[in-house]
Amino acid sequence: MAVREGLLALLQAEPHYGYQLKTEFEQATGGVWPLNVGQVYTTLDRLERDGLVSVRTGVDDQKLYSITLAGASALGDWWHAVPADEPPPRDELMLKVLMAIEDGEAHALDVVTRQRAALTELLQKRRRARSGESDGSDVAALLVTDALIVRAEADLRWLDVCESRILSMNAGTHRTRSAHRTRSTK
Amino acid sequence: MTPTLEFRDIVKTFGSGSTEVKAVSHISLSIQPGEFVAITGPSGCGKSTLLHLAGGLEPPSAGRVLVHGRDVVDMTPNQRAALRRTDVGYVFQSLNLVPALTALENVMLPLELDGVAARHARSHATDALRSVGLHEQLSRYPDDFSGGQRQRIAIARALVGERRLLLADEPTGALDTINSDQVVELLASLASERGVAIVMVTHEPRFASWADRVVFMRDGKIVSETSPDFGESVSAAVTS
Repeated sequence: MAVREGLLALLQAEPHYGYQLKTEFEQATGGVWPLNVGQVYTTLDRLERDGLVSVRTGVDDQKLYSITLAGASALGDWWHAVPADEPPPRDELMLKVLMAIEDGEAHALDVVTRQRAALTELLQKRRRARSGESDGSDVAALLVTDALIVRAEADLRWLDVCESRILSMNAGTHRTRSAHRTRSTK
Repeated sequence: MTPTLEFRDIVKTFGSGSTEVKAVSHISLSIQPGEFVAITGPSGCGKSTLLHLAGGLEPPSAGRVLVHGRDVVDMTPNQRAALRRTDVGYVFQSLNLVPALTALENVMLPLELDGVAARHARSHATDALRSVGLHEQLSRYPDDFSGGQRQRIAIARALVGERRLLLADEPTGALDTINSDQVVELLASLASERGVAIVMVTHEPRFASWADRVVFMRDGKIVSETSPDFGESVSAAVTS
């Protein structure tokens, strides 16, 4: 999880108290990433242990956290790192469609159709939520909703590709589950 | 409430004998005033044909097409032409605006061709351009507008007068994402706020999701649709 780096990014701007970090983290992430205050202090303890933040006493004897040089360096590494190659996608939607294809064209098309209708409804809901939630001033909230919309769109596009491939599959060359079983038992 | 558009067991075939292709196969669908329906599906699934049938641009091979309760199939060619001039508006990917005419004149054009007096045509066209947010730029020419704004002018032209059914075929096809979003959002608001029934053909889930209901087609048939989810706000717009 990137909570650790998120807290460092907030500390890069200025020193913060623990609860202040929790509030600002949640605002910056559009309200979709709530943090338990205990989780914030546990993370800060680890950051302090690793020398990435320092602590001094602030107002009312509260702990005021600052980023250290080592912390700024670790944050810099995070900004520049790109996501590593992910393992092959193994989400449930993909599994469902792949298994349905093994079961035959008609079942596969039926599964694609149902999943597409359900995903489109989800997209409609997210679209409406975005239309009603903001006057456009909360950029973080808009971007988070955009991300959800774009991911649903990506799944829908993939289902479109599935449909095209299934429709163009030559029945003679398609390896059905039964054919596969026959071969595998030989 | 009488549906704005109704298909009753529509069939449309092209060719005959061994070359016969069934583009639309036994489709029944009803679109209410103020409802925004998106029709989507793979290439060649029959979605554009369905739109042509809706506006009387093509006759069905079998079945009924009712616009405001009137059967388009039984109309004479003149009656169908009148229906297209006065009741049904079209928006296409290509805008077909006349470059030598101003925004206002482009929108006035269908009314003037229909014999409406210039003064009334100007008033209706100004109202239509107001509904798409361009009423302060009446005397600018199409080339002075962005692609998204030009599509807005085309929508105003499609709606001018009292047309309550808008048929849009890939209306965002020539636009970038931001302009496309704005155009589809405009269509959604015209449906919910002005009670216009809108049928939009699109292959983009992003734009289909703006609709109240999304209908999925394959091989000339409806294979599924999302639940219609509109009501109070549309009814209020229609009855007010």
